[in-house]
Amino acid sequence: MFTRPARLASIAPLLWMLLFFLVPFGFVVKISLSQAAIAQPPYLPLFDLGAGWEALQAAFAALSLDNFKLLFADDLYWRSYLRSLAVAAAATALLLMIGYPIAYAMARLPRRWQALAMMLVIIPFWTSFLIRIYAWINILQHDGLLNQILLGLHLVSAPVVWLSTDSAMMLGLVYSYLPFMILPLYATLSKIPPSLLEAAQDLGASPRRAFWLVTWPLSLPGIGAGVLLCFIPIVGEFVIPDLLAGSDSMMIGQTLWLEFFTNKDWPVASALAVLLLALLLLPLLAYERLQRRQLEGGR
Amino acid sequence: MTDHHATTDAALAASQAPLLRIEAVEKKFGGFKAVDGLSLDIKAGEFFALLGPSGCGKTTLLRMLAGFETPDRGRILLDGEDVASVLPHRRPVNMMFQNYALFPHLTVKANIAFGLKRAGLKRAEVKARIAEMLALVRLEGLAHRRPDQLSGGQQQRVALARALALRPKLLLLDEPLAALDKKLRESTQRELIELQRRLGTTFVIVTHDQDEAMTVADRIGVMSAGRLEQVAAPRQLYEAPASRWVAEFVGDVNILDGTVAEQDPHRLTVTTQDAATLSVAPPRQKVDINSAVSVAIRPEKIRLSRRGPVADAAAGLNRRDGVVSDLSYLGGLTSYTVKLDAGATLRATLANVARVEVDDFSRGQHVVAWFSPDDCVVLPR
Repeated sequence: MFTRPARLASIAPLLWMLLFFLVPFGFVVKISLSQAAIAQPPYLPLFDLGAGWEALQAAFAALSLDNFKLLFADDLYWRSYLRSLAVAAAATALLLMIGYPIAYAMARLPRRWQALAMMLVIIPFWTSFLIRIYAWINILQHDGLLNQILLGLHLVSAPVVWLSTDSAMMLGLVYSYLPFMILPLYATLSKIPPSLLEAAQDLGASPRRAFWLVTWPLSLPGIGAGVLLCFIPIVGEFVIPDLLAGSDSMMIGQTLWLEFFTNKDWPVASALAVLLLALLLLPLLAYERLQRRQLEGGR
Repeated sequence: MTDHHATTDAALAASQAPLLRIEAVEKKFGGFKAVDGLSLDIKAGEFFALLGPSGCGKTTLLRMLAGFETPDRGRILLDGEDVASVLPHRRPVNMMFQNYALFPHLTVKANIAFGLKRAGLKRAEVKARIAEMLALVRLEGLAHRRPDQLSGGQQQRVALARALALRPKLLLLDEPLAALDKKLRESTQRELIELQRRLGTTFVIVTHDQDEAMTVADRIGVMSAGRLEQVAAPRQLYEAPASRWVAEFVGDVNILDGTVAEQDPHRLTVTTQDAATLSVAPPRQKVDINSAVSVAIRPEKIRLSRRGPVADAAAGLNRRDGVVSDLSYLGGLTSYTVKLDAGATLRATLANVARVEVDDFSRGQHVVAWFSPDDCVVLPR
């Protein structure tokens, strides 16, 4: 059916995934089944193809699920998983509540203003992500801009602690991920013809009913894409909680970092990563099923 | 007694009052007057067409009737009640949209049920009405399809069924057939007429296609630059256009400019620059001697022959010698362009009544073009 270049093009992404995702992921899975050791690399057993069949068999036999058992046994781990999911869910909900009205307003702007609005949404990307987070630290810290303004206006009598709180982290997450919510929403909302809303009103729906009966269901694919695009990376987010949140509880990204670099326990860190991936596959599969159902419905 | 009289008088007045009365309605967009002090009455049960070129304000007028635009000035009376500022979802008026505007996430059935549910009909009633509507537009088997699983013609029927489901007093149709191909458009036009007669609903259709307006409508309002140029039945519009603009917009026409030279009760003599002196039927309204007029003759009213009509029959006819400068064979008709010796260029269409070319004329041939004074329409210039 396909011409040769077309077949090559369809193989290329598979090859890419194999080389840069599946093979490395295989390594991570293998490490997650190993034991930590004071060695280089810092785990055992090692598969040495040159050591002969017997040694290889022994190495296989030495693999175990102990690290995964540990993840469930020690509440440090599942607490950080839960916190990550809770933070990601809360931040995504906030993002949707803030992003939807913005995307909706953008889609209803006159055509010539839409490009400008889009530019304004994307423009923060022109500055490095880290610099923007450091800017927030500057604003939120004890003698930062926010406290100076509040004190200057006599709204507070003493500096308020903003930095190193969950609110600061939420602010940072919403600020950083907002474009990822707005853009897919805007893409779907701007494709809904205004005549559909007029038809709904013509048939007796108030503008508000028309929104819930027409605009909202038609924007579901955009909502799904925006939610995934925000939720999944926020679950594994490291920089924002590390720089803006307090140190009393950790998200999974921070725990992972700790195991890898402070604890030097690569096998436990790998197990954490494998479990995280398994957790994140669930919403992805759900989204794909939703999309497939819509595609089938559309055929 | 007086009370009784008052009520019967009111009832009588109501029965004679039009269903829709548009009074001096004006709508501006920025500095542009889309609708400019337009007044119009539409009777109950009428099939009315708003015809005009794009940008003439016909769609704006329709959108004001649906409630999507609010007039800057004037009143829109529906059954005697001013609805000009009533919101669209509260009007007993439904619209069929140009691109159908079917809800893509809903099935055919749910599209039709949309308005019924908003109107608070009971479930059994909704179900019955859906079945009735599906039967009306002959889509019984397709209730569970989605709009993108339907052909253009089927989508058009769903849109029609959806707009009729609420039994509106007034159905507005915005270029309802523009997206269909020619054959389907013609059969759908006949279906629309039949449906409108059967239901008795008042239809107002907006179209830029004069054939469509002529085919479906009882009366046509021709619009230009936000105003109504003429409101008339199709035949009157074509045979007795009120202005040169209408004559030129509706169908093909030859226009000869001149001045009135003589007038008697039966004939008007018009002196033209490039077609000599014409004898024409006097218009209904009086014209003054020496006033500038245009004489309009439809191409099919002009005969061509090699020698001209016999002397007896020729009495009172306008006859001019000329040369065929161009011709196009159109199947049922042949359209000739004749350059008159007097200077004017006339277009004449002749029906091809026989298969063999007996009466054909060729390019460069000398012919006589003749037409009756009664077929000439005198229009003020």
